[in-house]
Amino acid sequence: MSDQTLRGPETVVRTPRKAATGEAYLEVSDLRVQFPTADGTVDAVQGLSYSLPLGRTLAIVGESGSGKSVSSMAVLGLHDPRGTRITGSIKVGGKQVVGMSADELRRYRGADAAMIFQDPQSSLHPYFTIGDQIMESYRAHHKVSKRVAKAQAIDMLGRVGIPNPQRRISSYPHEFSGGMRQRAMIAMALVNDPKLLIADEPTTALDVTVQAQILDLIGDLQRDFGSAVVFITHDLGVVAEVADDVLVMYAGNAVEHGPVGKVLGAPLHPYTWGLLESLPALSGEPAPLHPIPGSPPSLLAVPSGCPFHPRCEFRDRVGGEHCTTVHPGLVPRTADTGRLSRCHLKDPDRVYQIEILPRLP
Amino acid sequence: MLLYILKRVVSAISVVVVTLVASFALFFLAPTDPAGTICGTRCNADRLAEIRSSLGLDEPPIEQIGGYMKGILVGRDYTTSGVVQHCDAPCLGYSYTLGQPVTKLLAQALPVTVSIVLGGAVVYLFFGVLFGTLSAQRRGGTLDRALIGSSIVINSIPYFVVAVLVALYVTVLPHSEYHPLLSNPLLWASGLVAAWLTLGLTNAAAYTRYSRASMIESLGQDFVRTARSKGISERRVVYRHGLRAALTPVVTIFGIDLAGQLTGAIFTEQIFGLPGIGVLTLRAFNQYDLPVLMGCVLLGSVVLVVMNLVVDIVYTVLDPRVRLG
Repeated sequence: MSDQTLRGPETVVRTPRKAATGEAYLEVSDLRVQFPTADGTVDAVQGLSYSLPLGRTLAIVGESGSGKSVSSMAVLGLHDPRGTRITGSIKVGGKQVVGMSADELRRYRGADAAMIFQDPQSSLHPYFTIGDQIMESYRAHHKVSKRVAKAQAIDMLGRVGIPNPQRRISSYPHEFSGGMRQRAMIAMALVNDPKLLIADEPTTALDVTVQAQILDLIGDLQRDFGSAVVFITHDLGVVAEVADDVLVMYAGNAVEHGPVGKVLGAPLHPYTWGLLESLPALSGEPAPLHPIPGSPPSLLAVPSGCPFHPRCEFRDRVGGEHCTTVHPGLVPRTADTGRLSRCHLKDPDRVYQIEILPRLP
Repeated sequence: MLLYILKRVVSAISVVVVTLVASFALFFLAPTDPAGTICGTRCNADRLAEIRSSLGLDEPPIEQIGGYMKGILVGRDYTTSGVVQHCDAPCLGYSYTLGQPVTKLLAQALPVTVSIVLGGAVVYLFFGVLFGTLSAQRRGGTLDRALIGSSIVINSIPYFVVAVLVALYVTVLPHSEYHPLLSNPLLWASGLVAAWLTLGLTNAAAYTRYSRASMIESLGQDFVRTARSKGISERRVVYRHGLRAALTPVVTIFGIDLAGQLTGAIFTEQIFGLPGIGVLTLRAFNQYDLPVLMGCVLLGSVVLVVMNLVVDIVYTVLDPRVRLG
C-alpha cells in the first residue's frame, strides 16, 4: 500500500487549484454502458452524468467493477461496438462521442482526448521503440515527415523529464524503468496536445516514490497545457493530492459528487463514509479498521432501489421500504448545492458529524 | 552474439556426431544383409564374401565407423575388385545399388525438396496468417466459423489422401515434374505448382488455427488498446500492433515444421513424382542402401540443428527483448 493511501482525510484540507470557471469541456449525461453476455446484460454504467471544465481535475473513485474505467473508456470510444451498448451523451469540446463513426472516432482519439493507462509495462508495445510509438501518435494527427515527428517526440520526452531524450528515443520500453515508462506513456498521450486527458490509475503499478513524481508531473503538465484531467483511482490519498472535484462511483452509479475538500472532509454518502473508515491511521493508537460489510454486487443483477442498500448500516434510518425499492436521485442533500449525493438519508451531514467522524482514526 | 553463435555451432556439431554414431550403430550393426541383397538370388558364398569385403562389412564395427568419419573429414579410398577409387571429403560413401557417391545423390535431391518446401511454406504462411488474422478479428462470426470449420475438416483428412486426390483429379494444374530453377524458372514453377498448393493449403489450415489463437491473445493485450486510443486506423492497430506481437509463436512452430519438411516431404515427393530427399530416403530404405540412408539421416540432423539456430536468431530480430547469450 502506498504512503498516500495511508494518509488520513485530515490532509485533504486544501484549496482547489483553480475555481470552476468557464463552460464544460467534457460533458457526460445519462451515460449507460451495457455488455450483453450469455449470462445476461451487465449494467456497467447506469446513467452517469458529470461535467468538467478545462484546467480542472476530476477524480473518479470506486472499487473494481464500479464503472469508473468503463465509463472513461466510453469517453474515448474504446469499447468494441459489437459487444457494447452505449446510450446517453458524451460531449467533448462540443463533439458528440456516442454514435461517432469509426473514422470520426479515429480522428477524435488522441487529438481531442487521450488516455494514460494503468500499467505502462503492458500498455506500451514491447516490439517498438519509445520514439516509434510517440511518433506514431503524432503522425496519426499531423501530416508531417518522420523527421519533424521525431523532433516533436524528443521535445515531448524532454518535457516529461526523461534525461537525454535524443538518445532514449531509440530505446525499447523494456530498457526503461517503470517510472520512465509511465513518463513516456504521458509523453505519448500529450504529444497531440489533447484538451482532455484521462489517467486510468496511472500510478498503481509504480513504486511509492515514483508515484509522487508522476502525480506531480501530471499536475505540472495540466497547468502548462491547460487541459481537463479525469483521474481514475481507488486511492483516496491520490485523490486528495491531485483532484479538484471527486466523483464516487458504486455499482455503475455515481453516489457522491462535489469539490474534493468537501467530499473527503465531510462526505454525505454511507459508501464514502465506509471508504474513509477503511483507511488505516498513520498515527495514534492502532485501532481496528471498520470495513464495509459484504462485497460489491454483481452488475448482472444490481440490487433494487439504492444499489448500496444491502451493505448500508443506515438503511433503517430511512422510513418504510424506501431504500430497497426507490433508486435515490443524485441531488443536493444539504444547503450546499455544489455537492450531490445519492442517498435517502434526511440529515447525512449530521449523521457524519455525530456518528462517523468520531470513529475515524 | 558472435560468441553465442559459436557456442551453438559447437553444440550443433556434437548433436550431429551423436546422431551419426547412433544411426551408424542402428543401420550397420543391425541384422540387415545388404550384401545378400546386392548379390541377389543366384548367389554363392565366394561372391557374397567378395561383396562384403568391397563394402567393408567384414571389418570390425569400430573401424567401419572410423572409416566413415574419416571419409567425411578428409575423404577415403574404396577398393572394388582390385580397383582403387578415391572419394573426396566430405565422403559419405557410395550407394550400394546406384554406385554413385551419396553426396552427389543428396546434392541432386536437396534442391527438389527445398523448392517444394519453400514454395509450399510461402503459400501456407501467407494464407494461414491471413485467415488466422481475419478469423481472430471476427471471432465468433460467420467467417471465423467457416474458416475454422474447414480448417478442422482439412486437417482431419490424412495428408496423403489430399495429395492423391489433388494429383488425380485437379487436372487444371500443370503436370508435376522437376526442372532446375536456374535452367528454366518458368518450367520450375509450373512443375511444382501442384505440390505447392497441396502442401501449402493443407498446412495453411493448421496455420490458420495457430495464427488465430496467437492473434486473439495479442488483440486482447493492453498495448493494442493503447494503439487504438492513439487514433490510428483499425487496420494499423490489427496488422502493425497486433500481428507484430502474434507472429513470434507462429515463427516458432514454423521453424520446427520447416525443418521437418526439409528432411524430406515424403508424401508430396512420392505422389507428385518429384525426386527429392524423401523419395531418396524411401528408396534407400526399401533397398537396404545403407550409405544413402545414412546420408539422408545426417543431412536431416544438420538441417534440424541449423533451423533451430536460425529460429533463435530470428527471435532477436522479431522481439527486441530477446538477447542471445
